[in-house]
Amino acid sequence: MEAVIDTLRLTAEDAQGLVEHKELSPAELHAAYRHAIAQRDPELHCYLRTIEEPVGEGIPIALKDVISTQGVETTAGSKILAGYVPVFDATVAERCKGAGLTLLGKTNTDEFAMGSSTENSAFGPSRNPWDPTRVPGGSGGGSAAAVSAGLAPWALGSDTGGSIKQPSALCGNVGLRPTYGTVSRYGVVAFASSLDQIGPVAKNVRDCALLYSIIAGRDPRDATTVELPEQVTLPTDERLDGLRIGVPKQVDGLTAIEPGVRAAFDQAIARARELGAEVGECDLPLSFEYGMACYYLVAPAEASSNLARYDGVRYGTRVDGSTYREMVERTRDAGFGPEPKRRIMLGTYALSAGYYDAFYGQAQRVRTLLIREHRDALDKFDIIATPTAPTVAFPIGDKAADPLAMYACDVLTIPSCLAGLPGLNVPCGLSEGLPVGLQLIGAQFGENTLFRAGHALEQAIGFDTVPTRYR
Amino acid sequence: MAITRDEVLHVARLARLDLRDDEIEQLTAELGAILDAVGKVAELDLSDVPPTSHPLAVVNVLADDEPHASLDFDQALANAPAVDGPLFRVPPTV
Amino acid sequence: MAAAGAWEPVIGLEIHVQLKTRTKMFCRCASGYGVGGGENTQTCPVCLGFPGALPVPNRQAIDWTIKLGLALDCEIASRAVFSRKNYFYPDLSKGYQISQYDLPFCRNGTMIVPTEHGDHRVGIVRAHLEEDAAKTVHVGGARGRIGGAEISLVDFNRGGTPLVEIVTAPDIGSSDEAKRFLQLLRQTIVELGISDAEMEKGTLRVDANVSIRPKGSTELRTRCELKNMNSFSYVARGIDAEVARQIGVWESGKELRQETFDFDGASGTLTPRRSKEEADDYRYFPEPDLVPIEPSAELIARLRAELPELPATRIRRVEQALDLEQSMVLVSGGLDRLWEATVAAGAGGKAAANVIANNLVGARVDPSAVSPGELAALISARDRIPRQAFDQAIGKLAEPGFSAAPYLADEAVSDEALLEPIVDAILAANAAQVEAYRGGKTGLLGFFVGQVMKETGGKANARAVNDLVTKKLAG
Repeated sequence: MEAVIDTLRLTAEDAQGLVEHKELSPAELHAAYRHAIAQRDPELHCYLRTIEEPVGEGIPIALKDVISTQGVETTAGSKILAGYVPVFDATVAERCKGAGLTLLGKTNTDEFAMGSSTENSAFGPSRNPWDPTRVPGGSGGGSAAAVSAGLAPWALGSDTGGSIKQPSALCGNVGLRPTYGTVSRYGVVAFASSLDQIGPVAKNVRDCALLYSIIAGRDPRDATTVELPEQVTLPTDERLDGLRIGVPKQVDGLTAIEPGVRAAFDQAIARARELGAEVGECDLPLSFEYGMACYYLVAPAEASSNLARYDGVRYGTRVDGSTYREMVERTRDAGFGPEPKRRIMLGTYALSAGYYDAFYGQAQRVRTLLIREHRDALDKFDIIATPTAPTVAFPIGDKAADPLAMYACDVLTIPSCLAGLPGLNVPCGLSEGLPVGLQLIGAQFGENTLFRAGHALEQAIGFDTVPTRYR
Repeated sequence: MAITRDEVLHVARLARLDLRDDEIEQLTAELGAILDAVGKVAELDLSDVPPTSHPLAVVNVLADDEPHASLDFDQALANAPAVDGPLFRVPPTV
Repeated sequence: MAAAGAWEPVIGLEIHVQLKTRTKMFCRCASGYGVGGGENTQTCPVCLGFPGALPVPNRQAIDWTIKLGLALDCEIASRAVFSRKNYFYPDLSKGYQISQYDLPFCRNGTMIVPTEHGDHRVGIVRAHLEEDAAKTVHVGGARGRIGGAEISLVDFNRGGTPLVEIVTAPDIGSSDEAKRFLQLLRQTIVELGISDAEMEKGTLRVDANVSIRPKGSTELRTRCELKNMNSFSYVARGIDAEVARQIGVWESGKELRQETFDFDGASGTLTPRRSKEEADDYRYFPEPDLVPIEPSAELIARLRAELPELPATRIRRVEQALDLEQSMVLVSGGLDRLWEATVAAGAGGKAAANVIANNLVGARVDPSAVSPGELAALISARDRIPRQAFDQAIGKLAEPGFSAAPYLADEAVSDEALLEPIVDAILAANAAQVEAYRGGKTGLLGFFVGQVMKETGGKANARAVNDLVTKKLAG
């Protein structure tokens, strides 16, 4: 008789324990998740494709479809890559394999990770497990929803301006965007190179730390990676004594933050105080004022160049033409959806002759200021805390017609991304029955501090990560 | 900040996007609104602030000149939409 | 070109040098440089621009670029940055070329080209490192379309090979100066050991920016670019053709248009390139997949210490013993070190220069494999040994363990006492010819000399035989 495995509650750490103690075989585990996928994914559409036969002797994992997997189609949610089967593994996929993790499938994403709702996927949106009429966030909505719905014990996502943290907030789980440079980007379909980071999505902070320890560290194939200055430690502390938490005073002025989100955030901060943390006010005026503008110049500029390789010559779909140029223009027009096109256009414009200095060049200087501002704040505090997203999950279609409204979803996650700093989302409560996320920003390479704080808060808050409708 | 239809067309040519008329119209409006928002960065006088192109302050990350195995040509061409023997085939450039 | 004397050319060169690193610039595929293997067999996700693949720069290529910069007396950047140059072409796998823009490795250098009128200083604006494009073959259609290929085929083996681009100031005033500059630059590159720099193989490529102005003026007029010249002679001829064309345009009262031409060396014709639909806008920006390079003072000092003595210095030194032209030939041919050593081993300067620049080069002997001592011995004995033996010896100079001794043992007979009986016998046997010679047919001298040479099996010294026969016939 098959063991009853509650994939909604089973943590990766516990699953690993069961496998190690031979209470469960990797095949049984894999089958349990496949069963859950068969039950719930037709509604949620977390996966773009799943793997029937597990390869490996460990516990399963889901990978966002921007991560190249040898022999397994990788589309980045775009038609232009439909049918593309990588001949190599991304470094993170290789490291997961090396740790024995078995691939469950590839999760849905906004096209080229551009978006905050997964509605920009060329293969249809994913849905929020807490309320399937709502978005799971994005771009990594597939990975976040899969973890919350028990369709994977954990997953990898990618985060450029909030694509791990924001979906985790909207789906009620734990997501880490690591310090820029700690996780290899090799083999991960690029959006904006100076911002993209790969990171874990999990049910709790310990799983998140565990998965981070598997994927992190210098990769000789990615010149922008470094060795971790200290080993990852799995958090055990339940107190926050001596920890200094700064709350930007600009959070008060941000009218976009829903009252329910604000209330849950305030409660989490109060809980941190009870655990012994010293909470104070910090100041990030430029980040709040100019972060979005800076991001929406830097990221599209890099994207416009990163997406130039999709020309129909070496891979992907091609729309024929009588000349090379005609073929390329038709291929790109047919292959890219509206959001990549918008960003390619915006980025091309920002880099073009006559506009570079006013747009891209100026944004790079703003970025310098944001880095300084965060450094100053993190001189006084160990952690900066804000809500992760200003709102809870919104209804599918709500913001689809208004790019600027969609961009505003990331107003709180973007500044620290520009500064290259790590950020952890920890669920901190419900508002209108939907999860609210707490964003903890650490100093460069400050992941262990984030894990420690996140774990203690998680224990104290006692948030139930299983969506109410599945309980 | 308004962007003209001609500018949109110019940028689309640079980006090799064969936009349809309705796309051009929509993008002209959308890009105008977005540029208005991001144009905010121009408010700041940053002449004495150095630009940051990278959040990681490391330099000199290099590799030694030691060959590694290449792909077999059939792997190199495995995903190509059109090939001719061991070569990638594209419509004429001229 | 009637009024050519009234105009002076203003020429700047752009030179691309393919470095002979073992691997490519940003991946560790074997570099296309001289490696066999079929099309698209030296490729990987990086040089094919597969999604997610990332570049990692080749340390050797960077060291060599800095070394070249030092040889060209450039300032070496304390912080160099790779930038993306964005454009679409099938031979460009990523839709951008990783190159350098505002922060190249080398800037503000000079190369000295010695001339009869002193040193000609050619400014080096910059030298930067980039990746080469792949190879595109345009295949004509079965239907015989005119003016275009039916399809294009791409081989990425060469894609990503390290390429140094050197840009000179417009300091060159004639096709001849351009040629001399290029010869010296090439020799510098070859001696640094960083490239074979062969135009025929495409490992050295030259584009020229040409304009003209009234002689003596300092104005800068519209310039045109020449591409596709695959030898130094073609560069010179292309420049001459373009200068003549520009003189024609200006003198007919028309305005010169800025254009790019392909020069066909075989026919000597300039073909304008089709003008693009929109102006180039490469949207350069710092390559975000790479971090800056900050060459250390130690690295620069080490590379500087490794520099060989530069060609211009050597030309001036060799010139002391020879003339400038010969000195140029020796140095730009990489022959001057052998010449110096051969002279030091006892050979005469002029004789050694002649033998090295003519006989050795003609026999395709590798000068670096030649023992100067043996060569000096041969040169000193040149007049005394048979021509045949000398040529044979030259051909074998580069063979391992070559010794001149056996050839010297073959020393030609010039002893009159030995030659006299043979000459007398030949003259006696050809009385009719002797008669004719004495009657004024002096052209028969060669006949007698030839007979003597034949009789001696080629071992007689031709000059000695000549003298003796002349004396006897006069006698």
